[in-house]
Amino acid sequence: MSQFQIYGLASVLIFSIGLYGFIVHPHLVRKILAMNIMSSGIFLLLVSAARRDMHAIPDPVPHAMVLTGIVVSVSMTAFALALTRRVVAATGVAALLWMDAPVEAAPIAARNDEHSRDLDRVADPVAADRDDIHLSV
Amino acid sequence: MWPILLPLIGTIFTFLFKRGGAATISLVTVSAITLAVAGLTRQVLQHGEQYYAVGGWEAPLGIALHADGLSVLMLIMTTIVGASTSVYAMGYVFQGPRAGSAVGGYFFWPLWMFLWTALNVIFLSADIFNLYVGLEILSLSAVALVTLEGKPAAIVAGMRYLLASFLGSLAFLLGVALLYTASGTLELNSLGTRMLSNPSSGLALALIMLGLALKTALFPLHFWLPPAHASAAAPVSALLSGLVVKATFYMVLRLWFDVFPAIATPAVAQILGALGAVGILWGSILALRQQQLKLLIAFSTVAQIGYLFLLFPLSNGMTEIGLDAWSGGVYFALTHACAKAAAFMATGTLVYALGSDRLDDLPGTFRRYPLSVAAFTVAGVNLMGLPPSGGFIAKWLLLTSALNSGQWWFAVVILAGSLLGAGYVFMVLSRMLLDQPQSIADSKQARPVTLTTELSALALAVFVFVLGVTATPLIALLRIGAPF
Repeated sequence: MSQFQIYGLASVLIFSIGLYGFIVHPHLVRKILAMNIMSSGIFLLLVSAARRDMHAIPDPVPHAMVLTGIVVSVSMTAFALALTRRVVAATGVAALLWMDAPVEAAPIAARNDEHSRDLDRVADPVAADRDDIHLSV
Repeated sequence: MWPILLPLIGTIFTFLFKRGGAATISLVTVSAITLAVAGLTRQVLQHGEQYYAVGGWEAPLGIALHADGLSVLMLIMTTIVGASTSVYAMGYVFQGPRAGSAVGGYFFWPLWMFLWTALNVIFLSADIFNLYVGLEILSLSAVALVTLEGKPAAIVAGMRYLLASFLGSLAFLLGVALLYTASGTLELNSLGTRMLSNPSSGLALALIMLGLALKTALFPLHFWLPPAHASAAAPVSALLSGLVVKATFYMVLRLWFDVFPAIATPAVAQILGALGAVGILWGSILALRQQQLKLLIAFSTVAQIGYLFLLFPLSNGMTEIGLDAWSGGVYFALTHACAKAAAFMATGTLVYALGSDRLDDLPGTFRRYPLSVAAFTVAGVNLMGLPPSGGFIAKWLLLTSALNSGQWWFAVVILAGSLLGAGYVFMVLSRMLLDQPQSIADSKQARPVTLTTELSALALAVFVFVLGVTATPLIALLRIGAPF
């Protein structure tokens, strides 16, 4: 078995582990982590494809692709994490409710700490209004 | 080159001046893009296909751009829908994350310009990795646009959209990595000529098609689309339903005919066609069951995407019949982009005016907001596929190729889909045209709307009929560099 085949199989394995994690974990941060693992699998495949022949000069094109891929993956992760904060502020859970479940603001009890109230004010006028109602009562 | 650079420059300037003058900067950018696309169209018409190596670097290191009839038609589609949506957005009141502030409005312009950059990158790329980059810019800006509305429903829908499209992109990227490993090139045409039938390229085909089907919302991977398109702001819904799903469909089309003909067997084509057919029926039936206007139109998008995928089984064999199916499918994408964007714009105006998107609140709107109701009617005629709209021509081409290639079952689905489409369009229209005492539209509760929003929707809807009349030259343009 050549070195490239070992790396290739390993990368497919890493991708599959990530995919499995993405499917089974409802928590959004776990899903985002799982996606990063999947990307790592793809990057490993590309990097190993760059130097299949150990005596030749490595191929620069896959390296460029991996660099671009990392940039994309970092920005996607940052954006997904920011959006996760907004989801928590809006619904009170860091998971996606199922399609037909009505999207409601979080129960007021769940948002008593300063931090999440801070998020509300930025994120969600409806919830902020409800908070005001709650306070005036 | 310019169709990509101009919206990118627009992105930077609208972001810098987002608190003042962003709309004006966008209009200048839109006019400049229109000129650039017109210039490129003229070039392609006179000299045929165009290639351009960015910065003078040839493949494999450089990034190649390529324009043929198909990409030019897609650019024209983007320009027309984009221009009218921009005008519409100037008159639209964004809700924004904070009530009373216009944050949504500030960020709409740079994000929309960025989305436009991504669309033009995708339509002009001749390099599969560049397509991937375009795809990622497209998803990032599209998701950000959905969440602009700031409501909990929009944020959750945006998150679901982000996860679905991230997964789609990763599948696509793994496919690209496998293709590069097998063939050592990223350029579309040389990938096509070096394609070998082996398990690795079969897996690449499966991954790429799966990823793109997820992003195009092909049944049964459409679950993210209705909430995302229905909860976004009206101009955003118009852009998403009109353009974003068309861009990923364009990629399927481009890769299918340029890269995969050696291994894309009729069986794979039949699977895509069957999923499209089920999508038509399923989307239409769910549209008929909706009580909310924007969800109804979003499910209608799921149904109409199904038609696009009928192209693959119908165009099998690369004959004259196949050419009909191919042009029919592309023309369908073009007319659907205009009609669906117009429908979302018109209903967006009504939803804002009534403060509700329930179907039961619509009666009486025809008297107070006649222009928007007219725009929806005209767009609806196209969704049904009645002559002389462009949608009729597209469906006619698909229908004749289904009959001529002996695949009559697809003809049945096309006709059934049109009937169901008529069903949901009339369901909305009958309520709009109902004269009911004490309707919201007649009460003081209904808000006044700007003429800009009403007229831009109507203009785009009427343009679909222009597409019905000008089909011959446009289909001739489409055949420049066609794969047949």
